[in-house]
Amino acid sequence: MNPGTPAIKVEDLHKSFDQLEVLKGIDFEVGLGEVVCVVGPSGSGKSTLLRCINRLEEPTAGHIFIEGEDITDPDADVDMLRSKIGMVFQSFNLFPHLSVLRNLTIAQRRVRKRSTAEAKDVASRNLERVGLIEKIDAYPAHLSGGQQQRVAIARALSMEPDMMLFDEPTSALDPELVGEVLAVMRSLANEGMTMMVVTHEMGFAREVANRVVFMDDGVIVEEAAPKEFFGNPRSERLKTFLSQVL
Amino acid sequence: MTHVEPSQRPGESTDSPGAPPPPKRRLTPRQRARLFRGTLYAVLILFVVAAAVVADFATIQRAFFNPDIAARMWPAVLTEGARNTVVYTATSFAFGLTLGLVLALMKLSSVAPYRWIATGYIELFRGLPALVTIIFVGFGIPIAFGVNIPGGFLGKATLGLGLVAAAYMAETIRAGIQAVPKGQMEAARSLGMTRSWAMVSIVIPQAFRIIIPPLTNELVLLIKDTSLLFVLGTTVGSKELTKFGRDLMSSTFNGTPLLVIALAYLAITLPLTQLVAALERRQARAR
Repeated sequence: MNPGTPAIKVEDLHKSFDQLEVLKGIDFEVGLGEVVCVVGPSGSGKSTLLRCINRLEEPTAGHIFIEGEDITDPDADVDMLRSKIGMVFQSFNLFPHLSVLRNLTIAQRRVRKRSTAEAKDVASRNLERVGLIEKIDAYPAHLSGGQQQRVAIARALSMEPDMMLFDEPTSALDPELVGEVLAVMRSLANEGMTMMVVTHEMGFAREVANRVVFMDDGVIVEEAAPKEFFGNPRSERLKTFLSQVL
Repeated sequence: MTHVEPSQRPGESTDSPGAPPPPKRRLTPRQRARLFRGTLYAVLILFVVAAAVVADFATIQRAFFNPDIAARMWPAVLTEGARNTVVYTATSFAFGLTLGLVLALMKLSSVAPYRWIATGYIELFRGLPALVTIIFVGFGIPIAFGVNIPGGFLGKATLGLGLVAAAYMAETIRAGIQAVPKGQMEAARSLGMTRSWAMVSIVIPQAFRIIIPPLTNELVLLIKDTSLLFVLGTTVGSKELTKFGRDLMSSTFNGTPLLVIALAYLAITLPLTQLVAALERRQARAR
């Protein structure tokens, strides 16, 4: 990969569900080590865009390049691609029938072909990173929402991905648990992880993002550095949105 | 019934000319409830008394509670009858579960013909009486193709009951798989797992947790359906409980064996239905 190649590059992406066009031509990039926050009203297509990037949704038209490789190519190795992209879901989606350790090792062993000991090593390291090493033998049902989401982040990190996608990672959390998850994400950003975050946390976007993208009605309306984005919004739609959420 | 409102004095004439229309005799809700319960008890007592008067206890005792015959059934009722019932249930359950899982996955397949085949199978075997399937396996196939089902009586029993059980279990398993939240498959795929591996290691284990109660219910139904196996004809040592009891009824000309095997069935099925109830309570609490 050339040093200049963006981590994620999206070209004229369209996605329709039956008659409903959710994405109406999206073009944008996430550079290596960049943290991009995507904000916008619900139903604007933010999550769909994120889910197209690791092909949880099939794009209707357009191209997506991950590290320069076109993943919309029918011959692309989607499983390989996905293992390079960590994904964190709004509803955590931990595997409830497996312990925290097994949640973190099952894909490592199967996809990365790591030995049990090696996988456990990696898992422990990532649980330390999110501050939950003492929960290694617990089951998801015994964790709080914030803890579950931190374990989900550790699970994604255990695949040693090149970039991380976050789909409204704090939206399902009680307000008092949001902070611990954002703290983990902030430290990830500081370590230089490439991140694309769909979020309603404007404070996080302002503080951590290199760039903030505003989506509305299936298109990117405006994107800018946080200072510019929040301090000097240009479009009426963004002004209205910001006045509603801030 | 002549319950009287406290305000109305008994004996007071209500149809004297010029008097206001009689107040409706209405019961308070509590009075009505008491009256209803009283009626229920009265009907019950009536039936019990009638049964006690009409019943011929001596005959009943002779026909169904003959201790000599019951004693003679021991221990064969367990070592042959109950044992075979349990064995036929276990083998056909295992066969049905395996085939049912395959059918459930076919029914969820993205390849349409697989779905059609699975749907056709399920509708066919759920629509036919189990007895017809058993006769088909035991006699239809051997007559038509000149081949016998391998495994003798056990083989026919397993196949006959298992084919039917698979149809019911396929629907249960499919429902279980669909009850696993979609996010589970997505999370597994997002970690790079293939669809089939995610199914095997993430979705199916959770589906089976969900369907343990209905599967246990199907096990109970299967236990009872083993009583249909008598149509296959029996060899020495292959009788399940019902056939075992029926043969003894004809040879002793007495109903006691029927009572004994009924108790044997209950000894097997009641713990299982209790288990289902306990599992369902536990699941309800876990939600």
